[in-house]
Amino acid sequence: MDRRRVEEAVMKGLMKAATLLIVGVLGLIMLTILVRGIRAMSWSMLTQTPKGGFYLGREGGILNAIVGSFYIAGGATGLAFAAAVPVVLYLNVFCRRGSRTAAVIRFLLDVLWGVPSIVFGAFGFLLMLAVGLRASLLGGILTVSLFVLPILCRAMDEVVRMIPTDLLESSYALGATRLQTAVRVVLRQASAGILTAVLIAFGRGVGDAASVLFTAGYSDQIPQSLTRPAATLPLAIFFQLGTPFPQVQDRAYAAALILTVVVLATSLLSRRLGRRLTRHSIS
Amino acid sequence: MNQPHIRVENLNVYYGSDHSLRDVSIELPGRQIIAVIGPSGCGKTTFLKSLNRMVELAEGARVTGRVLVDGEDIYSPTAEVTAIRKKMGLLSQTPRPLPMSIYENVAYGPRIHGLNDRRKLDEIVEFRLRQVGLWEEVKDRLGQPASRISIGQQQRLCLARGLAVEPEIILADEPTSALDPMSSRRIEECFLELKKDYTIVIVTHILRQARRLADYAAFFYCGRLVEHGPAARMFENPTQRETIEYVKGIIS
Repeated sequence: MDRRRVEEAVMKGLMKAATLLIVGVLGLIMLTILVRGIRAMSWSMLTQTPKGGFYLGREGGILNAIVGSFYIAGGATGLAFAAAVPVVLYLNVFCRRGSRTAAVIRFLLDVLWGVPSIVFGAFGFLLMLAVGLRASLLGGILTVSLFVLPILCRAMDEVVRMIPTDLLESSYALGATRLQTAVRVVLRQASAGILTAVLIAFGRGVGDAASVLFTAGYSDQIPQSLTRPAATLPLAIFFQLGTPFPQVQDRAYAAALILTVVVLATSLLSRRLGRRLTRHSIS
Repeated sequence: MNQPHIRVENLNVYYGSDHSLRDVSIELPGRQIIAVIGPSGCGKTTFLKSLNRMVELAEGARVTGRVLVDGEDIYSPTAEVTAIRKKMGLLSQTPRPLPMSIYENVAYGPRIHGLNDRRKLDEIVEFRLRQVGLWEEVKDRLGQPASRISIGQQQRLCLARGLAVEPEIILADEPTSALDPMSSRRIEECFLELKKDYTIVIVTHILRQARRLADYAAFFYCGRLVEHGPAARMFENPTQRETIEYVKGIIS
């Protein structure tokens, strides 16, 4: 009889179900990599590079992939950050409010965000061919930096956009130039959000397999120079999962576990540091 | 002493196709408090923002006419916008301290204009905070974030920050609208003290505040400057129909 009450109850039920579904899936994923990964997890997995016969189930670890992933994702995030800061400052400080140019750039960045990472991989590969660079740490870093650039730009842009315009105006009113305002006020006010954006980008970069598949190659050694190929955690998972041996497959899950812990630690870190950086921010 | 400090000639401001300010001409006397009054949306704030070229920051804004400060046209192509703004402190509706410490807020202006001598900065910070009556309240926590002090204190901090770049003119856009009555009063007291040395242009929609403070008043209605003159005459004997109705409270 009371239609609105029924509607309310049904919709609430659906929302709960959907939430449960998502949390459930996440739980199952975590459980799977934990249960299967823990079997193969050992100190040597973390501290050794693959020895002979590693992919047949013999000794060694995936230190090469751990280090390689940090090199690539770290280098790529650093490069992308250096390119994203000017973009974001341009969009928010140098373009006027409601600027058409800024709207177009934001749209393009969103399109770029939607481009699958394998396409970035293929593009990076073509670029490398053009300049005669072989699959290497450098190739991986460049390609992954292209891949995380739109993510970093838009994530930072969203934070910087939240800054009230009259905060910028109070800086201009004192006779500050746009550059002074950008560096001394905008970056400071948004520092916590910027850090979060950087760590999100790092998380995306460290976990992506397709962009490094052709560009970084794979190697059992820890890369000693930018021109040497480098292993990565996603590809370590991929290659080991592709073997017919259950104990090697378990190692793939161990690698997945390490990767997940890295990503998780990154987001926890961003929260911790974020809180410290907001000390001076104006709400 | 009271020759015009700011002279506005045929000022028009457009936002896109919106004609927000229509052919405004006025001479603002120096070292007085000039109240800009009128109903909301009448162009008061636009007028204020056109005095330090802040109006240009909006997309599609276009300005014609001249604004002469000390005889110099601030809209002339050779005018240096940062130098113009340095001449005028701006106090906005909601206090916006910068994301830094109390000390750094006041030091920000001098710093961006090239002063880095710590001892001089110390002096400036103390002097300006005393000027707005904030020194005793914050002297023991200058290093704390400016966001920690009360809203009323933040507004006085913003005033001190503006004064630190040694302006001649203070532009205030409804500076007490976000404040409690006590804090509002302290700001008003600051203004009455400051008008000995500064020209203060204050936009307000509170008629009683305008009566309390103003030496001179300008009434805007629908983008037009309807009437202006010494405050006493404006409030006692307005001549235009809109002004009479506004002052009597028939329109608001």
